Amino acid sequence: MTAKSEAQVVLRLNSITKTFGALTANDAVSLSLHKGEVIALLGENGAGKTTLMNILFGQYTADSGTVEVMGRTLPPGNPRAALDAGVGMVHQHFTLAEGMTVLENVTLGTRSLWSLGMDRAAARARIARLAADFRLSVNPDARVGALTVGERQRVEILKALYRDARILILDEPTAVLTPQETDDLFETLRKAVALGLSIVFISHKLHEVMAISDRVLILRHGKLVHEGRTADTDRHDLAARMVGSEVAAPKVALGVPGPALMRLDAVSTPDIGNAPGLKSLTLDLRAGQITGLAGVSGNGQAALAGLIGGRRSPASGTLMLNGETPPHWSPRTAVHNGIARIPEDRHKTGTIADFNLTENAILECYTDPPHSTRGWMHWQRAEEFTQEIITKYDVRCPGPTTRIRLLSGGNMQKLILGRVLEASPHIILANQPVRGLDIGAVNYVHERLLEARDRGAAVLLISEDLDEIMALSDVIHVISEGRLSPAFARGSMTPAELGVWMAGHGFETERAHAS
Amino acid sequence: MRLEPIANPGIARTLIPPALAIATTVVIASLLAMIAGANPFGVLGLILKGAAGSKFALLETLNRATPLIFTGLSVAVAFRARLWNIGAEAQLYAGALVVAVLGTGMLQWPPGLLLPGLAILAMIAGALVLLIPALLKVRFGVDEVVTTLLFNFIFLLFVSMLLEGALKDPMGMGWPKSARLIPEARLPRIIDGLRLHWGFGLALISAVVIWIIQARTTLGYEIRAVGLNRNAASFAGIPVNRVLIKTALLSGGLAALAGYSEVAGLKGSLTLDLSPGFGYTGIIVAMLALLNPLAVIAAALFVAGIFVGADSMSRAVGVPTYLADIMLATALLLMVLAILLTRFRVVRE
Repeated sequence: MTAKSEAQVVLRLNSITKTFGALTANDAVSLSLHKGEVIALLGENGAGKTTLMNILFGQYTADSGTVEVMGRTLPPGNPRAALDAGVGMVHQHFTLAEGMTVLENVTLGTRSLWSLGMDRAAARARIARLAADFRLSVNPDARVGALTVGERQRVEILKALYRDARILILDEPTAVLTPQETDDLFETLRKAVALGLSIVFISHKLHEVMAISDRVLILRHGKLVHEGRTADTDRHDLAARMVGSEVAAPKVALGVPGPALMRLDAVSTPDIGNAPGLKSLTLDLRAGQITGLAGVSGNGQAALAGLIGGRRSPASGTLMLNGETPPHWSPRTAVHNGIARIPEDRHKTGTIADFNLTENAILECYTDPPHSTRGWMHWQRAEEFTQEIITKYDVRCPGPTTRIRLLSGGNMQKLILGRVLEASPHIILANQPVRGLDIGAVNYVHERLLEARDRGAAVLLISEDLDEIMALSDVIHVISEGRLSPAFARGSMTPAELGVWMAGHGFETERAHAS
Repeated sequence: MRLEPIANPGIARTLIPPALAIATTVVIASLLAMIAGANPFGVLGLILKGAAGSKFALLETLNRATPLIFTGLSVAVAFRARLWNIGAEAQLYAGALVVAVLGTGMLQWPPGLLLPGLAILAMIAGALVLLIPALLKVRFGVDEVVTTLLFNFIFLLFVSMLLEGALKDPMGMGWPKSARLIPEARLPRIIDGLRLHWGFGLALISAVVIWIIQARTTLGYEIRAVGLNRNAASFAGIPVNRVLIKTALLSGGLAALAGYSEVAGLKGSLTLDLSPGFGYTGIIVAMLALLNPLAVIAAALFVAGIFVGADSMSRAVGVPTYLADIMLATALLLMVLAILLTRFRVVRE
């Protein structure tokens, strides 16, 4: 990768500033992108990456500053301008019509409403040529609803290329991919660069940034704090610059496994919408051990979390707690049996936004003394309990009567941690416990989970972030299509080997072994 | 333009928009009075005088507010849990029907027990009427807005059928009206000589009880949690469906008390014009009160005052009483907007 400063500048942001009330989302951010270059835009959640891209695409109007594409200044606040100038965006959440074919999705919106019929042959030939040039293998006649996540992403990229995009912006493109699919994506991106396209790669996965980009730009609190060649830096340096101080990830020693506190024996559950249910899944959660569950999202994680958290019961198979099957399985029985549940979505399921901290802190235990007796609430006691959590778990907030919607994600998660860990649970279900948190909060959550493991709790860590799984887990399982892989000890598998399982391979051979 | 939430609204922020809403309502009403050919200041003065200008006027307003407090509470309780009970009208008639049937001497209970007994039976009847849509909702996901609304028509026609047939008073000169209640089944007046019955007292007590339930009991906490975020409530282990059913029973019972108090307190018998839409007006009352049970009392007095005042004004100067409906509708719409403005500020992009 060579410096491309002499190459043509295709995109230039000049001193973009954008404020929302008292918050400065972008503070005089300038960047330039050259022809055939990949720049990585790094930053924690809330650093201003999304705002910057929304300004580029005319969704927001900047308070000051201009956007230039191919030397021409774009009119502010016009979403079509960027598209017409040849900028294509691949969003984190795809914008595809599932009932239509790949061909239809790619050509959608490219023709006038008044033109009758379309030249399918020409469109097909064009897609085939683009697919070959950029190594985007996908069947143009397949229905999008039947495609895998990786294939859908290729359709999104095809869509942008079909519209003659010369600049591609990818927002967290690897969040939903297996390691192999990520490699394929990188292959496509390298082809694109070779063909003279330019790419903005938004991510917070440092090793990917190191692998794909020519230059790295880091945003922190809306300011551009670092800009430099990727070759001149390393992961630790980038991590430090992202958060503003050297990050000390917790030291993770192996746990000392004890007896199985929860045992799932050949449990099956029905599918949840499009997501598969569990298919004869057997799993032990042992005391003093973190069990990591790796997998691409939507492969049965929701069903498993629902089962352990008491929201679902097995359709067949047995769930055993300390060797016994609980007679009636509900969220309340789960909590009363010492299961701590950290939900996947802290905004929608973990908390009630318009409740204050106290009301949120007692959500799972309001029927128990001292919070209430015989149907009467004791708010004074509940508030004292909340104050304790606030102090002990370092929840930064004005006080227990603050509405929780005013808290940052990290502080919200600390309150949830306090809520579930205060009762010294035996089993901890941590479903995506650090998604969307900054590195400081991530380390805090991980330390608390390790602490709980060391005092003898069984932890199930569900995450789509393989790095997190590999760093924390004592044993790792992979889930795919509701099936569970055998247990792998920490360090026994490389990410690529786990990726094979995540892609759904290996399960058949295992069955062959068993029979 | 965009709305931006305000973290800590000050006193001015909280008070000025609602005050402006009331002022604008008055201005619009004045304009309409002018169009109707009357002096606007005169009209407003007459409404005020008609609502609270004399002992008689004030008592009339309190009497009119009584059923509105009950239906307002009924709606406020249900809406808190996001159970959209549009059927307070039917539940009101269910309560009235129980009193009209059992209060004519059919129930031979001692006088001290008869009135409380009738109240409880009326509440049960109202609760059962709302239980059906609530069960349909939690079992089959049937939209309760539709079912409770349609129930109003079904129940009113049912009452009409009874009044034309089985319940028709033989002494009623052919009018569709039920037989008069026995004196023991009538709610006594609060003060001798003043035309205000104990239904009003019961309404005030009910408001305080509901307020205590919401603020101090686990049920109130559950109702609020279910209303604000059903998904999070269910995740935390709150039995959402059971809470919705309990809410429905409470809400239906409260609306039935409106019918109980109208028949046993005011009218003494059941007719089809017992309620000029108290069930629906209860929605306005609850919304104006921001679903706060104590504020329901004030909102009901305000709404009742406008109705009673407009009646009296209409008799005096001939401006149609529709002015009252327009004033209430305007007040409601502007109040909703005003409340939005107390919590959000408008930002121009």
